[in-house]
Amino acid sequence: MTLETFLQQLANGISLGSLYSLIAIGYTMVYGILRLINFAHGDIFMMAAYFMVFGMVNFSLPWYISIIIVLIATIALGVLLERVAYKPLRDAPRMSIMISAIGASFLLENLATYLFTGVPKGFPDITFLTNSVTIAGVSLSVATIITPVVTIVCLFLVLFITNKTKIGMAMRAVSKDFETARLMGIKINRVISTTFIIGSSLAAVGAVLWGSKYPSIIPLMGVMPGLKCFIAAVLGGIGNTTGAVLGGFILGMAEIMLVTFLPALTGYRDAIAFIILIVVLLVKPTGLLGEKVTDKV
Amino acid sequence: MLKIRDLQVNYGGISAVKGINIDVPEKSIVTLIGANGAGKSTTLRSIAGLVKPKFGSIEFMGQNILGMDPTEIVAKGITLVPEGRRIFGNLTVLENLKIGAYLQKSGIEEGIEKVYELFPRLKERSWQYAGTLSGGEQQMLAVGRALMAKPKLIMMDEPSLGLAPLIVNGIFDIIKEINKQGVTILLIEQNANKALKVADKAYVLETGTITIEGTGQELLKDQRVKDAYLGSKHTKEINI
Repeated sequence: MTLETFLQQLANGISLGSLYSLIAIGYTMVYGILRLINFAHGDIFMMAAYFMVFGMVNFSLPWYISIIIVLIATIALGVLLERVAYKPLRDAPRMSIMISAIGASFLLENLATYLFTGVPKGFPDITFLTNSVTIAGVSLSVATIITPVVTIVCLFLVLFITNKTKIGMAMRAVSKDFETARLMGIKINRVISTTFIIGSSLAAVGAVLWGSKYPSIIPLMGVMPGLKCFIAAVLGGIGNTTGAVLGGFILGMAEIMLVTFLPALTGYRDAIAFIILIVVLLVKPTGLLGEKVTDKV
Repeated sequence: MLKIRDLQVNYGGISAVKGINIDVPEKSIVTLIGANGAGKSTTLRSIAGLVKPKFGSIEFMGQNILGMDPTEIVAKGITLVPEGRRIFGNLTVLENLKIGAYLQKSGIEEGIEKVYELFPRLKERSWQYAGTLSGGEQQMLAVGRALMAKPKLIMMDEPSLGLAPLIVNGIFDIIKEINKQGVTILLIEQNANKALKVADKAYVLETGTITIEGTGQELLKDQRVKDAYLGSKHTKEINI
């Protein structure tokens, strides 16, 4: 293998990894607050991609306006999902809300199939993202290069919100103890909505970048990335934002490196995520940066 | 200040509180004593809005607060120091205090200073995660956090639970001090002896009904209270 190919694949790995990271943050934040695996998160991501198609293809809006519309629509969908599928089950056993999440996921997938058909739609070409540049003899698309940058910026933004702002403090308090948080005067529902707003907007950003790299949009496109990002969140330590990003990078890199060094195993590129999941659950179930348990009675 | 009339609460299908009347006069210390499961915590949780009572009225400064959201009740000036302290272990000591003032728009810095004055230990540990504090310090933090909301009435659920005797004395000193500063206190205690000594008024709660009421001193002398809660010399022989 030439050095160029390796560098090319390295860039692809970092880029795919950062896409996983963006979506994984949404899983981990919702889990941190509601102790719920939001199975519909991958489908929110898929819907965001369709919103982009509508914005740019059906309404022929310029990309920067479309992105804003995609953000707003995805956030609205995420908050609506929470209101309809999760909020009524706030006091229900955890199993019920998980089943509701799986149901919401199937609903979105089938609704998309019904509304948009299963025929793949082409993701609109955002020329500024799909342009390629050549660095050190390696030709890369702009999307590949800016994806990790966007992810790191988003990570710092999320960390700033959770650690330095009042709503972030409330989020951490709610994640620890619902009832006591209410006694402080915190409106739990507002905090949970904020979490869904952050998670959905990151999924929307992820969808735009994803579409620029893999421009074929189908109703089930959220399933595999959704599962992998969930695994990334578990790998990093679910509930931990930095961990989710770390897990995403590792997963993306592992996948691409498998394809690069063992091309014969390319067919197993999806399997590697699940192998990692099994190993993590066996060896270190709390994940790499998992929450330390300091509960005292 | 707080007037509870015929409060009835069902809890998981069991009637935990069966129509009680409680009066908490302004600037007083009132205590509820009673065995486990007598309905003390349920009463406080109803006042705080965490539990929806079946029947009755809870009036605070002339206004019915029954059925209000916990958020609104905190805004009215009632805070609860929950049983088992329930501090936010994943937040620093300072953040725990700040979150106590979640609904306050101003005076947060002064509030923190006042709490630090009351509990200098917390100031030393302000950057530590609250989960790393000792039990006594966590209780100080729980009380300090409740004070941050500038309450008119502060309710404490078993503040001495699981603490060393020396620290328990400290907690009761703090309760008196807070009361002196003009905050009304409604206290639940298993340590009936200590609670009755500081209380202006006391109620004995037994399986959801109030069986005895009076001033703290009266109840300290009451033979029934002595037998059941103060562990007097004439305890009944236990036959196994």
